[in-house]
Amino acid sequence: MNLYTNIFADIVAGVSADPHAAVHTVKEIIYLISAMLFVLSLMWMNHPSTARRGVFAGVIAMLAAIGGTLLLPEISSYTWIIVAMVIGSAIGAPLAMVPLTAVPQRTALSHAFGGLAAGLVGASEYYLWITQHHEKITAFGTGALVTEVILGFLTFTGSLMAAGKLMEIIPTRPITYKGQNAINLSLLSVAILAGVGLVCAPYQWVLFPIIIVLALTFGIMLIIPIGGADMPTVIALLNAYAGLSAVAMGFVLDNKLLIAAGALDGSSGLILSIIMCKAMNRSFANVLFGGFGQVRVSAGEAEQRTVKSATAEDAAQIMEAARTVVVIPGYGMAVAQAQHRVRELYDALTKRGVEVKFAVHPVAGRMPGHMNVLLAEAEIPYDKLIEMEAINPELPEADVALVLGANDVVNPAARHDKSSPIFGMPIIDADKAKTVFVVKRSMNPGFAGIENELFYGDNTLMLFGDAKAMLTSIVQALKE
Amino acid sequence: MSPYALALLATAAPETAPKADFLTLLYVLMLATFTGLLVIRNVSRLLHTPLMSLTNAISAIAVVGSIVLAGGEDTFTKVLGTVAVIASMTNIVSGFLLTDRMLKMFKKREPAKS
Repeated sequence: MNLYTNIFADIVAGVSADPHAAVHTVKEIIYLISAMLFVLSLMWMNHPSTARRGVFAGVIAMLAAIGGTLLLPEISSYTWIIVAMVIGSAIGAPLAMVPLTAVPQRTALSHAFGGLAAGLVGASEYYLWITQHHEKITAFGTGALVTEVILGFLTFTGSLMAAGKLMEIIPTRPITYKGQNAINLSLLSVAILAGVGLVCAPYQWVLFPIIIVLALTFGIMLIIPIGGADMPTVIALLNAYAGLSAVAMGFVLDNKLLIAAGALDGSSGLILSIIMCKAMNRSFANVLFGGFGQVRVSAGEAEQRTVKSATAEDAAQIMEAARTVVVIPGYGMAVAQAQHRVRELYDALTKRGVEVKFAVHPVAGRMPGHMNVLLAEAEIPYDKLIEMEAINPELPEADVALVLGANDVVNPAARHDKSSPIFGMPIIDADKAKTVFVVKRSMNPGFAGIENELFYGDNTLMLFGDAKAMLTSIVQALKE
Repeated sequence: MSPYALALLATAAPETAPKADFLTLLYVLMLATFTGLLVIRNVSRLLHTPLMSLTNAISAIAVVGSIVLAGGEDTFTKVLGTVAVIASMTNIVSGFLLTDRMLKMFKKREPAKS
């Protein structure tokens, strides 16, 4: 007891002796609490029932950290801070209201903003170091600063490119050319070399804009060769980069909260990237070093195989008689905005005593977990959303598999065809269901340009048409 | 002053502290990374999209570095800092709001039929 009162007395004494130091102590304590709340916030994300509490903890942590920072004596004027906060909130609030199909591009934009902030803070710090705070220049500090600036600016342009592709402002197909990887790697190498140069000679400021331009260019070049189907991995990777740039900023500013929060973000991005890689059977190195630039060869043999097609009425009849129907959604469902029709189908079938489940492949959609959010929006209870590993053993028992806008993730070629570009990728075993319905606009191969042998299966019936219209007709037929 | 309080003030206050202790910072990085990896591994796959928008908001903690610049004396860094505050604030507001909006949609049971 005595000990604590002593500490308290000492802090009070410290406040009167050196108010500035005391403010910093208070700030550090607030930062500590804030870091703890961030960890709790992510812990509570482990289950939907506690997740909203997690958001609340995150908000409190952020408000505390901002409040603690505003106390600092270094801040001489609040005008621009307040103006910037108002503008930022005004941009942020509408961005939170985007349709859920547009969440991937919002996320990419958000990584771009994060990268931009890191890059700008890095540039400002460098300027302050060489003009005023010469004492802050150390090899370690400059190294961290260069890392921050490179990561920040490459995340900025890279994420803008990703957002552009997702919004289809920029062609979503991979843009490749000869020697692409060599050019990209040399861009990055030159940037890193210039960075090393700056560490050795911190006052050679000419190097600094060179590093920035190289990082900006590298970010663009890195994302150009990536196609839409690879976006989940890329977004997760950019998430990790944004986190790492915050970590580097923490080292530059000697700020433990930044390091902790950045590391949490970085490890989250890392884990999501690894999950995405595994779900596409790519090695992590393959993704990191631009292996995703390779153009996938489309199956050359254009052998004429026949497909069987069916009408909405046929489908309704078979589904009605089924015990279990497994719906396998893909990006096509999002494009067609068909998730609410899916809900109607779910209702109509459930009412007839048919058990309906959803099989969600980790890379379905344009970002990790995209399908789950879309289906949750359509008010499908989340215990009906089943992960690939859990649903696959059930599929041989399922009467109907309804493939809705998914393609590569249900291609049986991944299991046995060694020549297929997706060989080895874990898939949802839709072909094992007794009857497979595939809703598809036409027989054009999917984005990756790979023939899908599921379409030619003996138990497969194609439902040609727009996903939304087709589901509407099926629901209609069920009601009659 | 007791040694405890001295140590507290010494680690916390840059003015009174010796040059930044990079080893301490590396410790923080190491521990936070492992914490992050362990915690995130347990996040339900259902929630990976909200997780990403939540971490967007969390990593916008960069706002604390930007605030100091935007409130500083130097005009050049004030401008860059202001832009950085705008960018971070956008992520904070949209990140938290969007995460909460998405999480509200995850329901275990059917909503009551009208």
